[in-house]
Amino acid sequence: MATQEARHARGQDRRHQPRGWDDGRRSNSGQAGDEGLSRALGWFSIGLGLAELTAPNAVARLIGIPEDDSNRRMLRAFGMRELANGVGILAQPRESGWMWARVGGDLMDLAFLGNNLRSHESQPNRIAAAAAAVAGVTALDVLCGQRMAQDGDSQSHGANRLWSRHIDVRQTVAINRSPEEIYTFWRDFRNLPRFMSHLERVDVQDDRRSHWVAKAPAGRTVEWDAEVTEDQPNQRLCWRSLEGADVDNSGEVRFERAPGDRGTILRVDMRYTPPGGIVGAIGAKLFGEEPQMQVRDDLRRLKQVLETGEVTVAEGSMALTHPAQAWPSHTQPALTQPAHTQTANSGR
Amino acid sequence: MKANCWHGKKDMRVENVPDPKILNAHDCIVRITSTAICGSDLHLYNGFNPAMQPGDIVGHEFMGEVVEVGKGVQKLKVGDRVTVPFPISCGSCLSCQRNLFSVCENSNPNAAMAEELWGHSPAGLFGYSHLLGGYPGGQAEYARVPYADVGPLKIPSELDDEQVLFLTDILPTGYMAAEQCDIQRGDTVAVWGCGPVGQFAILSAFLLGAERVIGIDRFEYRLRMAREKCKAETLNYAENDVHHALMEMTGGRGPDAVIDASGMESHGLGLAGAYDRAKQAMMLESDRAVALRQAIMAVRNGGVVSVPGVYAGFVDKFPMGSVMNRSLTIKTGQTHVQRYHHHLLERIQKGEIDPTFIITHRLRLEDAPMGYQVFNDKQDECMKVVLKP
Ligand SMILES: NC(=O)c1ccc[n+]([C@@H]2O[C@H](COP(=O)([O-])OP(=O)(O)OC[C@H]3O[C@@H](n4cnc5c(N)ncnc54)[C@H](O)[C@@H]3O)[C@@H](O)[C@H]2O)c1
Ligand SMILES: [Zn+2]
Ligand SMILES: [Zn+2]
Repeated sequence: MATQEARHARGQDRRHQPRGWDDGRRSNSGQAGDEGLSRALGWFSIGLGLAELTAPNAVARLIGIPEDDSNRRMLRAFGMRELANGVGILAQPRESGWMWARVGGDLMDLAFLGNNLRSHESQPNRIAAAAAAVAGVTALDVLCGQRMAQDGDSQSHGANRLWSRHIDVRQTVAINRSPEEIYTFWRDFRNLPRFMSHLERVDVQDDRRSHWVAKAPAGRTVEWDAEVTEDQPNQRLCWRSLEGADVDNSGEVRFERAPGDRGTILRVDMRYTPPGGIVGAIGAKLFGEEPQMQVRDDLRRLKQVLETGEVTVAEGSMALTHPAQAWPSHTQPALTQPAHTQTANSGR
Repeated sequence: MKANCWHGKKDMRVENVPDPKILNAHDCIVRITSTAICGSDLHLYNGFNPAMQPGDIVGHEFMGEVVEVGKGVQKLKVGDRVTVPFPISCGSCLSCQRNLFSVCENSNPNAAMAEELWGHSPAGLFGYSHLLGGYPGGQAEYARVPYADVGPLKIPSELDDEQVLFLTDILPTGYMAAEQCDIQRGDTVAVWGCGPVGQFAILSAFLLGAERVIGIDRFEYRLRMAREKCKAETLNYAENDVHHALMEMTGGRGPDAVIDASGMESHGLGLAGAYDRAKQAMMLESDRAVALRQAIMAVRNGGVVSVPGVYAGFVDKFPMGSVMNRSLTIKTGQTHVQRYHHHLLERIQKGEIDPTFIITHRLRLEDAPMGYQVFNDKQDECMKVVLKP
């Protein structure tokens, strides 16, 4: 339900950039997934190719075609083709040309199967089935070929996104509640730790000022004071950390009434400027986590809390040990007690 | 407590595991009195779901007595006897409000994983892998049931377990499969697979007004049940050319609606079957769709293809051209059990449906691994295994 766009900005006003121009996480994980897919296809090609070359009879039997001379010759030819394809895919995993060769190969296979069907059966439905099969192309191959081609196009734009000073996160979620309800919940910053996993506590000091305590890797905490910089009730809320923050950060959340009386579309933009200046954007981690993923999961939990009154957990899911879990008080273990109460109380 | 746990392909073990606990205010704990093995469990048993981890408790067709309720539970009380729908649904998201319970937006804590595979996440399911939430299943002595006021259905004491157990899944599944066919008076419906889901789909198609229902399978005992208990005509696909036979039976027009009640492990004979088996074994396609392709090719122009059979990933050689050019409609989904179970309970109470006829095996929970084997291998004329914890 949550969608995300995350970018590593270079100082421009984020809202005026075309959306999705540098969609860090999605294209990264997409690439990894497709590479896995294409590698698997590559190995499949090699395996099948070797089998077709060296054991055409066995392959013929496996796929159920007669083991005659012409079929054996065909299978050997297919074997050569598969082998070349497989080596090509594995040797150049980012090269979509080889993937398209696989797609072509699938069509050849189908034509071959179709011929065989026709030669043995003259029932009209068999021919129809064969024709239908020939007309089909391999979904997986086409998917992989297409996605790799797209990635190739987008890579040229990504060349300069490697380094920047900030981590910017943009996330969206649709919640089946009114903007008023969600704004009211969010405006009371003490509620944020109920769904923001890295937050340990937020103390509200006055209408504009609050003190935030967040968990950092290795059991440490980071803290900051924050102030509300813009507050348009039920529409828009902005805040930023004040001088002396461990991690400079700012956030904006917009509450849009969804069309058709379907609740609210919530848009969140956050920017973190970790100490030490330049961030390796690809390796950027916030509080030990991928920031885009973290905020996406946070918003998913916000939706759960607002729609159902609790954070969904399963014994076998990561969420069980999640600090943002809204434990019912009667089963509440030590988790309610923030582990760093003392540091947190010191304030600033 | 004792629970049936998945440990790998064809490796189920009944083990001692910690009792479930209330984790959220809207949870309840059910002491399970009856639980069944589903065809969907066979997909796990046969290792088709990569998101299973050794030790996962399986099972999603269970009922029993409420023994503990969380603070926020209002309608259920300790002592209530309930059937538990297999999809976990929050009741308050947009999907739940539209009665699309199996695509609840809130109940999958591992939604991010499902979004990678499917674009969006459906509901969490009991005992059905970490992709669908990582919830422990109901082939156990106890289970934690989230959103206790939304899912569980109270069962009057005069009905016994076996009469209502299948309200948790396969009876609504067969019913939804038939309802999706949009059956008009005089319609002919063909059903691929005469397992438990297929039997209930046949039964429901008649309830909803079909004139002819044709059940297709290769196991004679399953076809016999379809004929004798559900009044279907039957076709053995190992002995007949299914397409040809269906055209013959329908004057070349094809059935008005077709139901794929066999799913991603559907079995194929000859070339097409071998082709899918080879591709699946080599990880080139995740799901075999022999029956689905056949069903699409057979249905009449403008007909409905209803798919209760479970698919998980990618299907190869999908005849989209046939779907498009012939104005077909495809309807599918994990069953929105909560949408149907009240109505079906009423029909059971009135004596219009008696789902017990499919039960062939009654075993102790300890014997679950044997139950899987017998059901999977179609031994001993097995149709449905009920386990008694
Ligand atoms: N949509 C849902 O919510 C839902 C719920 C329950 C079950 N299911 C699914 O429904 C399917 C059936 O479940 P079941 O419990 O009846 O399982 P089952 O395994 O007992 O039945 C499947 C039947 O299909 C037959 N079959 C296999 N290949 C065939 C082919 N090519 N043509 C015709 N028949 C063929 C088998 O012989 C078997 O009898 C499974 O995929 C299961 O996962 C879906
Ligand atoms: Zn099931
Ligand atoms: Zn829901």
